[in-house]
Amino acid sequence: MAFDFPKNFRFADSHEYALFEGDLVRVGISAFAVDQLGDIVFVDLPDVGTVLTRGTSFGSVESVKAVEEMYAPISGEVVQRNDSVLSSPEDLQNDPHGEGWLLLISPAEPAHVEELMDAGSYADKIASN
Amino acid sequence: MLDERPIEASSIQPPQFFHRHIGPTAKDQAQMLAQLGHTDLEDFVQEVIPRDIFDRNPHLGSSIPEGCNESEALEELQAIADKNSPKRSLIGLGYHGTVMPSLIQRHVLENPYWYTAYTPYQAEISQGRLEALFNFQTLISELTGLPIANASLLDEATAAAEAMSLSFAVKRKGQQASRFLVDIDVLPQTLAVLRTRAEPLGIILDISIPSDFNFGDDVFGMFLQLPGKSGQLWDPSFCIAAAHEVNALATVAIDPLAQVLMAPVGELGVDIAIGSAQRFGVPMAFGGPHAAFFATRETFKRLVPGRLIGQSLDKEGQIAFRLALQTREQHIRRDKATSNICTAQVLLAVIASFYAIHHGAEGLELIARRVISLRVKFEDCLRELGYPLELITRFDSIEIYCNQAPKVHELASLAGINLRVLPLGSSVDKSKGFGVSFDEVSNDKELNILCQIVAESIGKKFNPLQNKTVKIEDTFSDVPLRKSRWLKQSVFNIHRSETDLLRYISRLSTKDFSLVHGMIPLGSCTMKLNSAAELAPISWQKFASLHPFAPLEQAEGYLHLFQDLESWLSELTGFAGVSLQPNAGSQGEFAGLLAIRKWHESRNQSYRNICLIPQSAHGTNPASSVMAGMKVISILCDKHGNVDLNDLEIKAREHASDLAALMVTYPSTHGVFEPKIREICELIHSFGGQVYLDGANFNAQVCLCKPGSYGVDVCHLNLHKTFCIPHGGGGPGIGPIAVASHLLPFLPGHPLVQCGGSNSIGAVSASPWGSAGILPISWMYLRMMGIKGLRKASSIALLSANYIASRLSPYYPVLFNGLEGLVAHECILDLRPIKRSSGIEVDDIAKRLMDFGFHAPTVSWPVTGTLMVEPTESESLQEINRFCEAMIAIRAEVDEIIQGESDSTNNPLRLAPHTLSVVTADEWDRPYSRQKAAFPVPALAQNKFWPAVSRIDNAYGDRNLVCTCSVFE
Repeated sequence: MAFDFPKNFRFADSHEYALFEGDLVRVGISAFAVDQLGDIVFVDLPDVGTVLTRGTSFGSVESVKAVEEMYAPISGEVVQRNDSVLSSPEDLQNDPHGEGWLLLISPAEPAHVEELMDAGSYADKIASN
Repeated sequence: MLDERPIEASSIQPPQFFHRHIGPTAKDQAQMLAQLGHTDLEDFVQEVIPRDIFDRNPHLGSSIPEGCNESEALEELQAIADKNSPKRSLIGLGYHGTVMPSLIQRHVLENPYWYTAYTPYQAEISQGRLEALFNFQTLISELTGLPIANASLLDEATAAAEAMSLSFAVKRKGQQASRFLVDIDVLPQTLAVLRTRAEPLGIILDISIPSDFNFGDDVFGMFLQLPGKSGQLWDPSFCIAAAHEVNALATVAIDPLAQVLMAPVGELGVDIAIGSAQRFGVPMAFGGPHAAFFATRETFKRLVPGRLIGQSLDKEGQIAFRLALQTREQHIRRDKATSNICTAQVLLAVIASFYAIHHGAEGLELIARRVISLRVKFEDCLRELGYPLELITRFDSIEIYCNQAPKVHELASLAGINLRVLPLGSSVDKSKGFGVSFDEVSNDKELNILCQIVAESIGKKFNPLQNKTVKIEDTFSDVPLRKSRWLKQSVFNIHRSETDLLRYISRLSTKDFSLVHGMIPLGSCTMKLNSAAELAPISWQKFASLHPFAPLEQAEGYLHLFQDLESWLSELTGFAGVSLQPNAGSQGEFAGLLAIRKWHESRNQSYRNICLIPQSAHGTNPASSVMAGMKVISILCDKHGNVDLNDLEIKAREHASDLAALMVTYPSTHGVFEPKIREICELIHSFGGQVYLDGANFNAQVCLCKPGSYGVDVCHLNLHKTFCIPHGGGGPGIGPIAVASHLLPFLPGHPLVQCGGSNSIGAVSASPWGSAGILPISWMYLRMMGIKGLRKASSIALLSANYIASRLSPYYPVLFNGLEGLVAHECILDLRPIKRSSGIEVDDIAKRLMDFGFHAPTVSWPVTGTLMVEPTESESLQEINRFCEAMIAIRAEVDEIIQGESDSTNNPLRLAPHTLSVVTADEWDRPYSRQKAAFPVPALAQNKFWPAVSRIDNAYGDRNLVCTCSVFE
């Protein structure tokens, strides 16, 4: 199946994405991850103000048949949360790279974003598995 | 021409039962062997089982009697049952007399349409029991005033432990809090199980009178018992408020009959309500099985343990029921699950739901009022006679401390009555008091007998009581009562005549596919015959009416039964002893792991807490390990699906200093007798660990090999799989553990009844022998089969699975096999290539099998995208071939899609299952015929099971959880 990963997105091994928006970083999970999950029924996200450490779990996403933890691709503080995804998980499913974004983070180390995979490398990784 | 040879009367033996249990005839067996290139069953079996563990002669030293037929076994068991001498028990303490309406006994409990069904994973063919469970959830929700109620837990004591775990999980998110406040009036067996479950998790139980509770920030939860074991009923509101002040959750164990009249505890602020539904029509049966209930607030719905039935819609927009929010459960969350529960008590919950429908709110209130009225009159009698009566508000139970207690008990016994002996656990001659709990069976005659007894005990004359009207409201001055009408849903109001209720029960039962319709080849579930003779004894009065805490002299029959079963199961597993207490495989795992833990402790190695578990293990394994305070390390599987020995050695070595155990399933969950099982056990032992065997697949081992002989230290068995207890739609089950001699001291015990080891891990179930009432089923099976029959059964189980693998492998790759390319008693069919080439999912094939008149094999477990097939020894070759032919036909339907002859979405697989209403509608706009949809095999026209609903929308059901029936006025 062909996925379209936006060129300005960067990706973690665990399928979360991050992209700069001014000084803040928008975080979500990739279209591939969403496709693997199937119909998404629930998303669990941290409160605004939570401090995240890169690599540790910040929440989970549930489909009918699976639960997957989500891991912070960068360290920082949660400045905004996409509450609409909490009440309608279908938004995440239908538009994970757009309307289905999850968190807006004030990064502790902006360099963390550069250390993630670019869209092309991520697409290759998905294809090879 | 008739055979005229003289007939010797003695040579005419009735055929042994095992011939009836086993499906394939001798001719069938020869055919199946031929398919596999064999002529001899014994030779075939020896190719399947690794040589170094094969038991050539299970008859040697066996204490299992030679098999017999139905009548012989029933006669023998009747003689055993006759050794029970049940008196009328008024002991209470969580177990009460009740009356199961005859209709429910005959048409539910004794009806294979209800009891041979599986857990309702294939919801489209399970709408009957799903609706009955939905009614149960509605009943519990109405009773307790809490919106989220599950479809049963194993018993009240473990339900209390689950409430404790949920409270712990909620508080843990915030701050460190490990103290759990427990009402001193808690039932002793509940306290025992709470202790067993709290200790491995580092939870501290703080037990006191509720008014003395010390609330602090380190408290995460509080547990109250209403009414308390002393009988006291009180208003918990102040306590609940105090708990909420420190952000702790309030749990109340509520007697459901008391709750009928009392204000719903949910309205008083309670967060979790639990209890036993036993007194809603299910006999005490010396401890079980009984359904426990669990209800809580909306906000905790994702943490609720056990099965939750939800309402959704099918493809045609019809209301349909399904298992909801399965992502809470162990099969998905594994070591992150809040509970290890899998099989629960579905059949008993279904019975309780029909009991409530039968009685309605008014009927239940009548029973509760009568109980109170009798208790009040008894109190009057006691007061008049000068007995000291504590001034408290009560429901059904009274406790009196007096010098005449031994005399009271003696007279009661002569009158055929067991009273509660006080203090609990004391002998009658040393007793200081007595207790009486009135129940549904109590009446004026019984009341008069009791009054006579207490009068005579102090040498007074008993004057028959004046007629007295008891005003309930007066007796409950300080306890809030239920004010509004409840149970208004039509289902609880419209089936009042027996005819109407019979038809409702019947209507539901016809929506469920069970073993009465066709094979249920679920891998690892062992859906074999539950014979009528095996089931018959559970209804016998001598088994059904005993209270679990009745004097053991009255239970000689049960004790004999336990002895037989413990001895036979020990022998079959190759172990030294057995505990029958755990009432599900999950509980057996927990008990077995605790035994291992305690053994390490006894050798000053309590730091050992690492549990190695293969990735392929059943979800209960990691979940149980976490409950036992262990840390789970996953072991990889190699490309053959076996435990990766390299990975095992590396990890065992890495964790050698704190290795507690390995949990292994054998044959593996992949359906293979891994050749190196002995080496695996030796490896673990060499690093100081113990080996736990998950006995779910024991059906492949019975009388062919013994875990105790190849290095296992403890295993559990699933009596509701291998040993014929019917699955009941999701329970009851029994999960006994068998242990090597060094673990004997740690077997589960009980606070009120002598049982278990000398250094026991404590109680894991509410009653000492768990669900004793259904043990006769397994006794009957073992007695009728004998070693020869059992060995034959295991052999045929292996033969049937291999036959299916052989017939289907040209169409579906068999994922794993063992020696000589053979599988064990089950095989995994890989459907992933089909998905890649046609887009057809495993679920599509599972649903299409419904159109063919089958319940699908296990879907996507242990490997996603596969089907695991376990035919068992009970299916005939005819049925097995019918299944193979259906799978082959489905393969052809898939090919049609790949070739482009069928549409990729508008095809009978994608749109399965096909209901009667869809197929007979005026509109039919599909590119395939109605005939193809509903009768893909012509023979189905003579024997068709119609799915009640079309494909159910699972995502919709989980996104919009509805788990009780709301009232439409």
